[in-house]
Amino acid sequence: MNDRASRRGVWLAWAVQALLVLAVVAGAVWVVHHALEVLRARGVRSGFDFLTEPTGFSISEGWLDFDASQPFWRAFLAGLINTVRAAVPAAIFSVVLGTLIGIGRLAPHVLLRGICTAYVELVRNVPLLVQLLMLAFAMANLLPDPTEPVRLLPGVWLSKGGLSVPWPMMGEGGLHFELPERGDFGVSGGAALSPEYVTIVAGLSLYSAAFVAEIVRAGILSVPQGQVLAGQALGLSPVQQLRIVVLPQALRVIVPSLTNQILSLTKNSSLAVAVGYPELVSVANTTIGTNGRAFECIAIIMAVYLLLSLVISLGMNRYNARVALRGWR
Amino acid sequence: MMNKRFRPALLAGACIAAMAFAAPAFAGKTLDAVKQRGTVKCGVTNGVAGFSAPDTQGNWSGLDVDTCRAIAAAVLGDGKKVDFVPLNSQQRFSALQAGEIDILARNTTWTLTRDASLGFNFTTITYYDGQGFLVPKKLKVTSARQLKNATICTQSGTTNEKNVSDYFRAQGIPVKTVVFESFEASFKAFFSGRCQAFTTDASALAGLRNKEATNPDDYIILPELISKEPLAPLVRRGDDEWFAIAKWVPNALIEAEEFGITQANADELKASSKDPAQQRLLGSGEDLGKLLGLDKDWSFRAIKAVGNYGEIFERNVGPKSVLKLPRGSNNLWSKGGLIYAPPVR
Repeated sequence: MNDRASRRGVWLAWAVQALLVLAVVAGAVWVVHHALEVLRARGVRSGFDFLTEPTGFSISEGWLDFDASQPFWRAFLAGLINTVRAAVPAAIFSVVLGTLIGIGRLAPHVLLRGICTAYVELVRNVPLLVQLLMLAFAMANLLPDPTEPVRLLPGVWLSKGGLSVPWPMMGEGGLHFELPERGDFGVSGGAALSPEYVTIVAGLSLYSAAFVAEIVRAGILSVPQGQVLAGQALGLSPVQQLRIVVLPQALRVIVPSLTNQILSLTKNSSLAVAVGYPELVSVANTTIGTNGRAFECIAIIMAVYLLLSLVISLGMNRYNARVALRGWR
Repeated sequence: MMNKRFRPALLAGACIAAMAFAAPAFAGKTLDAVKQRGTVKCGVTNGVAGFSAPDTQGNWSGLDVDTCRAIAAAVLGDGKKVDFVPLNSQQRFSALQAGEIDILARNTTWTLTRDASLGFNFTTITYYDGQGFLVPKKLKVTSARQLKNATICTQSGTTNEKNVSDYFRAQGIPVKTVVFESFEASFKAFFSGRCQAFTTDASALAGLRNKEATNPDDYIILPELISKEPLAPLVRRGDDEWFAIAKWVPNALIEAEEFGITQANADELKASSKDPAQQRLLGSGEDLGKLLGLDKDWSFRAIKAVGNYGEIFERNVGPKSVLKLPRGSNNLWSKGGLIYAPPVR
């Protein structure tokens, strides 16, 4: 009797779950269908067919060459590559800087500790967008005019037009370095980092570094003091103590939180649109302005960020598996 | 026991039901909705001098603002019964599609793509604009064709961005555009020296130079206008009555200028005029309002609220305003301009 009752309970639970899944799927399908119908009834064109048409707008910078006669999908790709171009250096800088500051917050030196604490509290508590706009404002007002660049080194120019450096080029007669030169409207030639790019990379790095510092500090503090004392007793030097005893254990705490931090940094790179850097969201905004396919563009943004985040999580989880305790996954 | 087990399913069902009812439904007739609400919801800019901008007290003024006020006066009897909804250039079209606003009067260029594929109807062109360039004098540039390798600042999500690309591609001149999400960020970047040129509709260039430059004399507007930018208010498709109202109120204001009816003389002419064309506009003759679903005095009230087209132009963008723009193409057709309205009769 009791057995049969519990078996019926299991069956019922399965039935309820199946119904639930069915209801959710049916609901989603209905909502999308309804939305498309409303759009059609209002005479709004929808669909992704526009992706193969020429854009008619250009993108100011990036690794992927893009001009206005190329199709929208390529513009989105250029935008995505620009997102990565900003997020990767920013992630590296923020981890390096954040680790140093995190260790600095635990330093015995009072002044160093104070500076690191002040940095973390200041940066962490001011919204990122405000920091980016402040940086952009500072760059725009403090640097010299593009027509009057300052020469930092031979071939290295700095102005409101950005930072120009020599860059290897393949030309006739093999590899040579192209030197930036002064022109009528500023410096041309060589490789140029635009002020927008410098702003977004610096802004993201400085902001995320504060969070990374806290993660690193928490990780180090999670290692019991006894472990360090034991290392001392074995005659390990302070660097050896950090490398052999503290860090491997601290990483177990640090890596999962760091994954979150890098994910949020990547997503925060979408704020670049406010300072004029042409990343994914900027391309999508321009597209919406050109052809009004807001639904489709937002869907693309969502899908791309989701994909990007999943790739980052996958990579970080792999790394986490390596540093985690065996059997403690 | 049973209850507990079914709670998640019930919750999910309730969620789906809520979504279903929250999904966008057809708005009823716009005119009825406006009358019931008691205000016209009008989509405008976050602040473009001369077209739609709030003052320090939050009162909106501008050419586009007056179009909305005229419609409110015609429909609701009071030019003040307008809710202004500030929208950026990326938000504007979705807001109209979603029914958040009744009319979009946000210096928006009438193009085929917007007209044919976004589910909109453009009404009467209220301003003939064209895209121009602002450059610092010290660059000694006198024509847009000299902008080879220059960096040009502009706003994203506008026709301007595409025009500038088209123009320089056609000329075979390489330039670089830096686009900003907000209009303000784009011109601030230019005035701080980030770009050698700034481009937007010519009507805005003069205002920006006078208002935002430390020394307006340091900048010149290049002679080239590289595009046609006919600015018109627009409404959603599918409501022909509202479309007709949004089209004929501005038409009536244009005709009022043709027939010499002003905000000041409207009352007097209403009583005294024997001219049938004037009488139709002033509600003292043939009743055309009922054909629009309005009353006899619809256009009289619109004229009383904001004046005729010429007065709206003078007040907001003309020589006496901060923009100091000449009438030019925006003069009446009878005076060498392009402003022409089909007859109100």
